[in-house]
Amino acid sequence: MAEKKWMPRWFYQLASPRWCYQITGKLLPWFALAAGLLLIGGSFWALMFAPADYQQGNSFRIIYLHVPSAILAQSAYMLMAVAGAVGLIWKMKVADMVLKSAAPIGASMAVLALATGAIWGKPTWGSWWVWDARLTSMLILFFLYLGVMALNSAIENESTAAQASAVLSLVGVVNIPIIKYSVEWWNTLHQPATFTLTEKPAMPAEMWVPLLVMVIGFYCFFAVSLMMRLRNEIVWRERRTGWVRELLSKQ
Amino acid sequence: MSFNSFSEFLAMGGHGLYVWLSYGLGLAVILINLVLPRLQRNRLLAEQKRRLRREEGA
Amino acid sequence: MTMQTNAEDLQQQSLSGLFWATCRREYLLSFRRKSDLVNPLIFFLMVATLFPLGVSPEPGFLAQLAPGVVWVAALLATLLSMDALFRSDYEDGSLEQLLLSPQPLFVVVLAKVLAHWSVTGLALTLMAPLLGVMLFLPAEGMPGLMLSLLLGTPTLSLMGAIGAALTVGLRKGGVLISLLVLPLYIPVLIFGSSAVQAAVTGLDLGGYLALLGALLALALGLAPLAISAALRISMSS
Repeated sequence: MAEKKWMPRWFYQLASPRWCYQITGKLLPWFALAAGLLLIGGSFWALMFAPADYQQGNSFRIIYLHVPSAILAQSAYMLMAVAGAVGLIWKMKVADMVLKSAAPIGASMAVLALATGAIWGKPTWGSWWVWDARLTSMLILFFLYLGVMALNSAIENESTAAQASAVLSLVGVVNIPIIKYSVEWWNTLHQPATFTLTEKPAMPAEMWVPLLVMVIGFYCFFAVSLMMRLRNEIVWRERRTGWVRELLSKQ
Repeated sequence: MSFNSFSEFLAMGGHGLYVWLSYGLGLAVILINLVLPRLQRNRLLAEQKRRLRREEGA
Repeated sequence: MTMQTNAEDLQQQSLSGLFWATCRREYLLSFRRKSDLVNPLIFFLMVATLFPLGVSPEPGFLAQLAPGVVWVAALLATLLSMDALFRSDYEDGSLEQLLLSPQPLFVVVLAKVLAHWSVTGLALTLMAPLLGVMLFLPAEGMPGLMLSLLLGTPTLSLMGAIGAALTVGLRKGGVLISLLVLPLYIPVLIFGSSAVQAAVTGLDLGGYLALLGALLALALGLAPLAISAALRISMSS
């Protein structure tokens, strides 16, 4: 067996579903609190206190949703790929479960990024959709998410499904830079646009600080949602073990 | 404050539909991602408790 | 003692010998069911027919669409043929045997995919000028069309094979393969159709063909690894 023994102890602890369940239980309330404060505070700031853009007016405030969700959509895919790799190399069940849990959340972030991008496009460019390089790449990323989710649900055996999804997300991750490059290049060919939807030239502090707050808030929210789904997945997969029985009887 | 009155705030300089639609969607996506796992958990625990009772009762 | 003899035989068999033996087997099997070979080609033709019917038969309009339409049709036809790549071997158990044998799976997989390509992708490439004519693609575009398809379709086959390998155990694998693989096809589509556009407008094709070549090289190196891993995973349950 390929046991890589040069990882720190906490890495191997992570492999225990039970330990993961317990630690996520402790972390959840804190991340939830952080997410709540950051998102609510950030939204108020974005809507009420941040300045409107000189050219785009108040629709610019959509950036405080569009950029965080786009960042999350991409980060979540990276997380899926890393979890997939860990699951394949170290054969960790928890890694498989993280992959399965992250996919729907990442996909919904992609949907939000696409929707806010489209809505932002209407007052800015005049139409509900533009084949802008970033929006098109985000759409393709969304398709990649759907593929992973479809494959995971099509295979009945849980560990086979996890491994297959892991391979697919790794193949996807290798392709993402290629897809981005080709779409950007395609876009310059067909749309010599000077202003892209998400262009952020040097932003003053009143603009990028609330953006940062929203981005961190979104990450915290992602952590909360991921942990909730992960815990469900752990209970389901470990339903026949002793500690889960104990847990159920205590409910 | 970027706005002088609440009605100005709602109107968002004519872009009110777009801004509020986006933030509404954002809220919906966040809530769905928090509520669905919660419901899933409740269903899962209820199912498993029933299964336990079935297996131990038999 | 027979085991020893077999081991010696296997050691003596070189990698290229393995490659060609696998190719030969694939050809023999493919040509036993010639009707299956023709299906992707008919599909290719039909898809190209849909566009004038669905949109407009006007030459100026179709000529603009032609590079993209021929490429999309070739892409879809390739995708459709991918499910069959491992299906018959899976069903009669020879796929399992393949995975159990000590021969390097990389070589076998590469041979299977390339043999498959030579009867689908290559055939599509040769048929493409016909579609070009039907869609009023200017004559200057034809060499570009064929070269881009020649370089692009093997990449499509290799990546499609990843999808086929991931879904080989599933009953309704067909549509799922498309869902998994289409996003990955997009770069090839972009560069391929741009190459044809460039040829039509008289610009230099070299850059696009180089990009397509680079994608092919990457696919040749990495796809068989992913395909082998996917086959082992699919067959493990």
